[in-house]
Amino acid sequence: MSRRPYVRPISKTTWFMRNGRYKIYVLRELTSFLVAFYSFYTICALAILASGSVEKWDSFITAQQCTGWAIFHAVALLYFLFFQTFPWFKLAPKAMPVQVGDKKLPDSYIIVGHYVAWIFISVFILWLAGAL
Amino acid sequence: MSTRNLELEVMRYDPEKDEAPYFQKYTVPCPEEWVILDALNYVRDELDTTLAFRWSCHMMVCGSCGMMVNGEPSLTCKTFIRDLPDKVRIEPLENFPIERDLIVVFDDVIQKLHKVQPYIMRKDAPPEDKEFTQTPAQLMKFKQLTMCINCMCCYAACPQYGLDNNFIGPAALALAHRYNLDNRDQGKSERLDILADYDGVWECSFVGACSEVCPKHVDPAAALQQMKVDGAVEYWKQKLGMTGEKK
Ligand code: SF4
Ligand code: SF4
Ligand code: FES
Repeated sequence: MSRRPYVRPISKTTWFMRNGRYKIYVLRELTSFLVAFYSFYTICALAILASGSVEKWDSFITAQQCTGWAIFHAVALLYFLFFQTFPWFKLAPKAMPVQVGDKKLPDSYIIVGHYVAWIFISVFILWLAGAL
Repeated sequence: MSTRNLELEVMRYDPEKDEAPYFQKYTVPCPEEWVILDALNYVRDELDTTLAFRWSCHMMVCGSCGMMVNGEPSLTCKTFIRDLPDKVRIEPLENFPIERDLIVVFDDVIQKLHKVQPYIMRKDAPPEDKEFTQTPAQLMKFKQLTMCINCMCCYAACPQYGLDNNFIGPAALALAHRYNLDNRDQGKSERLDILADYDGVWECSFVGACSEVCPKHVDPAAALQQMKVDGAVEYWKQKLGMTGEKK
């Protein structure tokens, strides 16, 4: 009786097509491109600011006000909300469970806490930026 | 009692004869209250005595009957026929080598379970003539993690393990975390060290597939996330010259 275990091959390129769970995972990982884009975008904005030229800054800002960019930012925002923010907050009670005495704090408390903190911080940043 | 004909498509592989696995079809008359394991036993008893698969308890305790049922890692003693369509595909657990038919080789994870030092480690001597005490609140911290029956369904679901089996993986990490959370244990920093130089927690991308398929609601994904936090804290403690032991 000889052993000859068979290893099933896994495609390195299409493995995530096997089930819906993996597809969603890959869609979530794709947000990294947007993160890279927005990092680059911020660096560009900082470089223009650092150059000290008011005209350049103004034309950069005006260039942002076209419909195309507005749609792009809106889509990016939705993508982040659905693939990062909402799932992440939903999972937060798993990553940081809170136990009071011998009872676990209900998940909903931790989730709601995160949303409250998120809204509070967002409003604060908008206020800092003078948008409110 | 109503029966339904179930068309089972079962993956077969005989290491002495077959180059590669193939599917074989069986038609099984199943009463509605049967589970997949009953159908497989019917095949072996009535249709084909050569079919090899593992099981023991038939009650979600032994952890040996894990298989892919229509692509989902499942305990076959817990998977009811009434919840399934008329055609069911049974394969050995994914991400593991196939020994024969529906039996896989678990050597890799068994070795990983050892690796995480899943026992109470003490720096100081145990209390003399006394047992270690543990309050219900202290037990609650990790009780859920003790429910694991090593069925390895989580490994079959984990994309990270499938792509690179250097990753220690969900059940072994959940087990490590179970001891890290135990108030009687003092081996946390040692365990975190092992995990740090292995393909430990950071390989996990929090897909959460492991927790979704776990038949005992162990929630290994949660344990992994908590270990990431612990690992980061431990790293900074060591950097700053503070030790990270439980007092
Ligand atoms: S964590 Fe769950 S799925 Fe994984 S081996 Fe344990 S019981 Fe099975
Ligand atoms: S959460 Fe981590 S361990 Fe669990 S399936 Fe995903 S990558 Fe694997
Ligand atoms: S036969 Fe024991 S867990 Fe299914």
